[in-house]
Amino acid sequence: MTTLSSSKEVTPGGVIYEDKIAPACHWSLRMRKGTILKLIDDEGGANVGMLFYNPENMLERYNAPDTLKGQHTFKLTKGNCLYSDMGRIFCSIVEDSVGWHETVCGNTTKEIIKEKWGEKSYQEFHNEWNQNGHNSFLVELAKYGLGKKDMAANLNLFSAVGVDDEGNLQYLENNSKAGDSVELRFEMDTLVLLHTCPHPLSTAEEYPRKPISYQIIKAPEVADDDYCMNFRDENGRGFQNNEIYHIGGCCHD
Amino acid sequence: MIKESALVADNASFREVVPAGDYFMKVVKKGQIFRILDLEGNQAADTLFYNADEPTERYSAVDTIREQGNVYLTTGTKLMSNENNVMLEIVADTCGRHDTVGGACATESNTIRYSLDKKCMHACRDSWMLAIAENEQYGMTKRDITHNINFFMNVPVTKEGGLTFEDGLSAPGKYVEMQAHMDTIVLISNCPQLNNPCNAYNPTPVEILIWD
Repeated sequence: MTTLSSSKEVTPGGVIYEDKIAPACHWSLRMRKGTILKLIDDEGGANVGMLFYNPENMLERYNAPDTLKGQHTFKLTKGNCLYSDMGRIFCSIVEDSVGWHETVCGNTTKEIIKEKWGEKSYQEFHNEWNQNGHNSFLVELAKYGLGKKDMAANLNLFSAVGVDDEGNLQYLENNSKAGDSVELRFEMDTLVLLHTCPHPLSTAEEYPRKPISYQIIKAPEVADDDYCMNFRDENGRGFQNNEIYHIGGCCHD
Repeated sequence: MIKESALVADNASFREVVPAGDYFMKVVKKGQIFRILDLEGNQAADTLFYNADEPTERYSAVDTIREQGNVYLTTGTKLMSNENNVMLEIVADTCGRHDTVGGACATESNTIRYSLDKKCMHACRDSWMLAIAENEQYGMTKRDITHNINFFMNVPVTKEGGLTFEDGLSAPGKYVEMQAHMDTIVLISNCPQLNNPCNAYNPTPVEILIWD
């Protein structure tokens, strides 16, 4: 059920809006600086593919390599910031009950889905079809005049992939439990594209159909002792870059 | 996996030394083999590939990692496109491991990694920007610049989910060789980075060799 409150009546930490995304679906939304997107895995085993763009300049986009190397990490969790290719922070992971989200395995494609779980066409199954992550992003990108050139390495929230000593990928089963959540606090205005299609390395026997809920929360002010800003020296410098970007105030201040 | 090449440099149809801080952009034809030679050791060659007939098809780090089920690149690795096609295959490698997780240096990311006052130091992405500006025939813009391969870079991922930057496994004379499965635009920035200990703060030239 969708609920919407007037953001003026909501105190910091309060929920402005909440909604659900059905399994195997895609959507997009514009998040404002100073709001939190809380994603909740309703049943356990969800996967949320996600990409970020700067709505003022769509050439600025989420950059997974800069995010990982800048924080010397392969996994993403509380404290990590998610960077653009322009040295700025789209959002910070301010809370996370999952512990590991991955960003190097990309998406399912029509071919991967067919090979793993078989084809379920729209004609036969309508919205219970086996949608794939790649096409989901292409549809959402096209709504903003973007295309496959603009597609970058995406996040797969709620999904974990580790490596062994030789670098072999290991998909971690049951990484996210029912009720697990992750909170992204936006540090600049951001176009968010997302889908709820399965992770491409999912070992599920049948195409996993996992819904999510999400809330948009009014974020408290970022304090000097903010966990994410102080998590690494690099993040402090990332926050400085955002501050420089917002000199003179952002559009909705 | 270490594998030496049987090819002889004297028989190459093309040879060019690329100084550190310069770019290299050239079409390698289907079936041709090209080598990147680390002349002085521990240099990083930040490399992108595009389908020469349709450059919207390009090298994809995530598709390459997922399809081979491994984060490191070496002999036998098939370099995949964003359309999940094989663009090239690594056919020889005397270094043993190359990175495709760490991306390239850019002036903006240097501000995060090192210091805000490093922002005007030369970086790989600037070389790529100059390359696409000087080679308008390919019709490429910043949208086409994506996640690359760092040949000769050693970026181990730990079991705990960490990422470390180790001294390179490369040394003077080490090389990696690829065979093209399609006509491919090769775009290399020979990394100018002066802030990273992994190249001893000393970027050095690489040589490109092509055999028909």
